[in-house]
Amino acid sequence: MHNFDFVKPSSVAEAVAALANEDALPLSGGQTLIPSMKARLNAPETLVSLTGIDELKGVCVDGGSLVIGAATTHATVAAEAASHFPGLAALAGQIGDPAVRNRGTLGGSLANNDPSACYPAAALGTGATVVTNTREIAADDYFQGMFTTALEEGEIITSVRFPIAEKSAYAKFLQPASRFALTGVFVAKYASGVRVAVTGASENGVFRWAEAEAALSQDFSADAIADLKCSPDEMISDLHGTPEYRAHLVGVMTRRAVAAAR
Amino acid sequence: MSQVKMKVNGREVSAATEGRTLLSSYLRDLLGLTGTHVGCDTSQCGACVVLVDGKAVKSCTAFAADLEGAEVTTVEGMANPDGSLGRIQQAFQDYHGLQCGFCTPGMVMSTAALLAENPKPSEEEVRHYLEGNICRCTGYQNIVRAVMAASGQDAGALAAE
Repeated sequence: MHNFDFVKPSSVAEAVAALANEDALPLSGGQTLIPSMKARLNAPETLVSLTGIDELKGVCVDGGSLVIGAATTHATVAAEAASHFPGLAALAGQIGDPAVRNRGTLGGSLANNDPSACYPAAALGTGATVVTNTREIAADDYFQGMFTTALEEGEIITSVRFPIAEKSAYAKFLQPASRFALTGVFVAKYASGVRVAVTGASENGVFRWAEAEAALSQDFSADAIADLKCSPDEMISDLHGTPEYRAHLVGVMTRRAVAAAR
Repeated sequence: MSQVKMKVNGREVSAATEGRTLLSSYLRDLLGLTGTHVGCDTSQCGACVVLVDGKAVKSCTAFAADLEGAEVTTVEGMANPDGSLGRIQQAFQDYHGLQCGFCTPGMVMSTAALLAENPKPSEEEVRHYLEGNICRCTGYQNIVRAVMAASGQDAGALAAE
């Protein structure tokens, strides 16, 4: 890979200043960025590590929400969120493999917005709020298509606020080589209704399945969506599955998530 | 170039690195600790797993400069002080948990991380924990036996047979 200057600030303010250079990139856990730099898909002049900033780390309950620092690793979320928000903790514990979970972070996953990543399903499925160094962004506004988000150049996610669901679960059909979701569905039940977010399936990245949300808000059971079909329009087609196969998986995974929700 | 200090296998070390120097390169090329193997260099295979502050990490997918001050354990740090094989290594030998041996350093380090978290894992937990470590020779059966034996459990019968 091309060489670069490495800097490791200890505060968000210093990181923002370092990212003012347009050829600088932020580095969190690096589990996607480092392989993409090896492939020369990214070649920053300066890499700004966010892993030395204590204010970006940690898991805490604030009112009815679980607030997770953006540089918190998946392994930490899996362990520390388990008693507060088991559906979210279980999702974090299924990302990649143990070594990936020890480095990869929440903020890194959401900033990258891979169309098959797990965390976007949790953020959209809970109606989370993405907090950055400058503003707060509702999940419904944050995800803007494959690898595309509402983040501006140089903007850093500092934390994410996940409203704690009454019941929730994530059902993931594993792409066994990459360990990403071939299709994954996060289902969350709130007093205000049910949210269903699908990852791994659409060419437009994570999306909400409105028809399932309406049916499940009436009757939160797998039977309530037994006959519901998701449209294969604009779904991903690759050697792992056709759009029709993925659309079928959306239904299966949604029913599994509802049945597993706790 | 800048000096990056770490504690590797209990020894304070320092080496001049570039920004792009990976932990795997730091260990192998700068410190000469070639026990850590680089299999795929794309974060898939797990042959390069080492412990960083006690946690399993793919050393090909972390920059040395990002780990300034870390405590790193490699497979060279798994032997007993007298140089004989450590408990996990010995179990891999006893149960023939390898054929070509290329993946073994990563397997041993992931096993060390697993047993530190979960001293008596079930067979299912072993298989789940080692999902990021790929072996193209063994079919995993003897690796799982070795991990069960290293944790002081019965390595005789596996459910998946």
